[in-house]
Amino acid sequence: MSNISNTHERAGGNLTAQALREGFFAGLVSLGLFVLFVGLETTQNIRNELVLNQRWGLLAIFVIVAAVGRFLSVAYLRPWLAARKAAAAAKPAEGEESFFKRNFSKIAIVALIFYPPIMVMLFGVQGSLKWVDNFGIQILIYVMLAWGLNIVVGLAGLLDLGYVAFYAVGAYSYALLSQQFGFSFWILLPLAGILAAFWGMILGFPVLRLKGDYLAIVTLAFGEIIRLVLINWTEVTRGTFGVSGIPKASVFGIWSFDVSAPNNFAKAFDLPMSSAYYKIFLFYLILALALLTAYVTIRLRRMPIGRAWEALREDEIACRSLGINTVTTKLTAFSIGAMFGGFAGSFFAVRQGFVSPESFVFLESAIILAIVVLGGMGSLVGIAVAAAVMVGGTELLREMTFLKQIFGPDFTPELYRMLIFGLAMVTVMVWKPRGFVGSREPTAFLRERKAVSGNFTKEGHG
Amino acid sequence: MEYFVQQLVNGLTLGSIYGLIAIGYTMVYGIIGMINFAHGDIFMLGGFAALIIFLVLTSVFVGLPVVLLLLVMIAAAMLTASLWNWTIEKVAYRPLRGSFRLAPLITAIGMSIALSNFIQVTQGPRNKPIPPLVSSVYNVFGISISLKQLIIMLLTVILLTTFWYIVNKTSLGRAQRATEQDRKMAALLGIDVDRTISVTFIMGASLAAVAGTMYLMYYGVTVFTDGFIPGVKAFTAAVLGGIGSLPGAVLGGLLIGLIESLWSAYFTIDYKDVATFSILAIVLIFKPSGILGRPEVEKV
Repeated sequence: MSNISNTHERAGGNLTAQALREGFFAGLVSLGLFVLFVGLETTQNIRNELVLNQRWGLLAIFVIVAAVGRFLSVAYLRPWLAARKAAAAAKPAEGEESFFKRNFSKIAIVALIFYPPIMVMLFGVQGSLKWVDNFGIQILIYVMLAWGLNIVVGLAGLLDLGYVAFYAVGAYSYALLSQQFGFSFWILLPLAGILAAFWGMILGFPVLRLKGDYLAIVTLAFGEIIRLVLINWTEVTRGTFGVSGIPKASVFGIWSFDVSAPNNFAKAFDLPMSSAYYKIFLFYLILALALLTAYVTIRLRRMPIGRAWEALREDEIACRSLGINTVTTKLTAFSIGAMFGGFAGSFFAVRQGFVSPESFVFLESAIILAIVVLGGMGSLVGIAVAAAVMVGGTELLREMTFLKQIFGPDFTPELYRMLIFGLAMVTVMVWKPRGFVGSREPTAFLRERKAVSGNFTKEGHG
Repeated sequence: MEYFVQQLVNGLTLGSIYGLIAIGYTMVYGIIGMINFAHGDIFMLGGFAALIIFLVLTSVFVGLPVVLLLLVMIAAAMLTASLWNWTIEKVAYRPLRGSFRLAPLITAIGMSIALSNFIQVTQGPRNKPIPPLVSSVYNVFGISISLKQLIIMLLTVILLTTFWYIVNKTSLGRAQRATEQDRKMAALLGIDVDRTISVTFIMGASLAAVAGTMYLMYYGVTVFTDGFIPGVKAFTAAVLGGIGSLPGAVLGGLLIGLIESLWSAYFTIDYKDVATFSILAIVLIFKPSGILGRPEVEKV
């Protein structure tokens, strides 16, 4: 310890000078970066010509923030972090984990089950709509999608950038089949999963030989092809207009949520009419589907197929020389991952009541993959936390109306959602390259189960 | 026949633009083995820089000669895009060098999302049209070639020659090739690896910026989402030509441009992007090393 403080005292003067230099440099660079894009704004005038708006004040703020931020980080933040790291290294490792940490997943599930009633109690039936729908359902859809993709990327180590294609297959299967044949949600949910799994197999087959980035790009291409077909095959999919008027799901056919139906849920229980009940039902539905995904993943990891996936991720050549059929291993990973994407897709269709190709752009695939990686690939809890932070955090921006008082009435926080999402992806990745949860539960172990660092699990070559 | 040649000219123009973007992909992939997903957005950023400089110049100096205007636009776009790519490499990719493979891919995707939304937030989500810069059209044997197309093709040839010279004949290029082959050994032999990689990013960005300016001049409009599709097509071009190879990137770009324009001319325009993506998939599946690339040897 004394060592460190000594060097600090000696470096004190130097450090400030260096920080000043770096701060000035950062200011200069940010001036170059932002002078055109922030200092000037292109807007259309009445004659529809482009004209320039000058915003030098805003540019000055950007430059000053960059310079001061850099100065502070070099002069104070970095030495402080270094000191803290040294202190943490000197302290002995912590013993028992807290009760909360050990039972995190159980507590989280219980909290989720009681989430809608608590929201109803806090905000009333109508007021809970926003919290159950925008936050609860939205986050859980991404949790489920990320858990589904986790089978492909986290367990089998196959980098898939076109996962949204299976989501689209599920959504369109439900939307089109329910409209054409009038099948109910409960018949079409498994059917959508099967169809998506089938597509997972079809798209997985040609890419068996591919590895790493090439696999990522081909799956991206497949995802885009499916989206473009959805846009252009107008006779079936109605193109960019999308399919609307998708029937609602019912509680296993016993209670319906259609207002005119005789077995309407609200009527059956003599409750006032509200769309909130349907949303609460959907919340439990997606919670059940997500938990099913998690349960299947956990069980599969203990089965030969799950172990084969993980072996494939660790070393494909060793895996093949030990007699594991890599073709079936890869195809099952693709199709089971795709199946959960299909389930999530049909849920998405039933929740929105409307599907269009707009919802299945590459950005969605990127978001899902980002959640998987940010959560620490392979860790279910980490992925759920990442989904809650990334999706919930950006949803929360919509709620920040108080920012209007600071930045003026024209300020719309939603506009900054994706900008902040992108920057958050970068920041989290640089800060924790191994994701939020850095340790893994091994599937095979000698006598005693010990958590291993995420650094020891490979990310796969394929 | 005339129709075919006409489409050929259009395709070559488009292909030149793709080729210029593809060089950035190919160089970055060659040297650090990552797909720089944000490269398409650097291209878009370059286009926007050119657009803003164009507006500044036309409002301050009225009646500036078009040649000077174009040159200043290109220079400004190159500078801005280079600075952005240099900063992005330093902030988002360098800390993750040597980390696991997915990490830089995720930051690159994050950067791509952030960049396009940054432009949306600061410049607005609408299409940005500009008046035509050069409008002369020449008629050669019944085929109309516009001056725009000539400029684009000529510029591509000049830039490709210059960059080919830099990579193959100068000490900087030698450092780049050495870093590409073996980063550790290159560092041991006294090559500043960090600097070499930075320079690679700057070179890629400046070519993308030229492409962005040309794209703006050719279509007369730009929008913040313009980075993604040309970016993916340029990456397809880089892969098709053989990733890591400079002439391959341009060749791939020209092929993609030709396929796209001929497909639109003789089949349906709706599925032209499907055609490009299918080619990408087919090439990667059957000949992952591309046309001019070296086959990769798997070491156990």
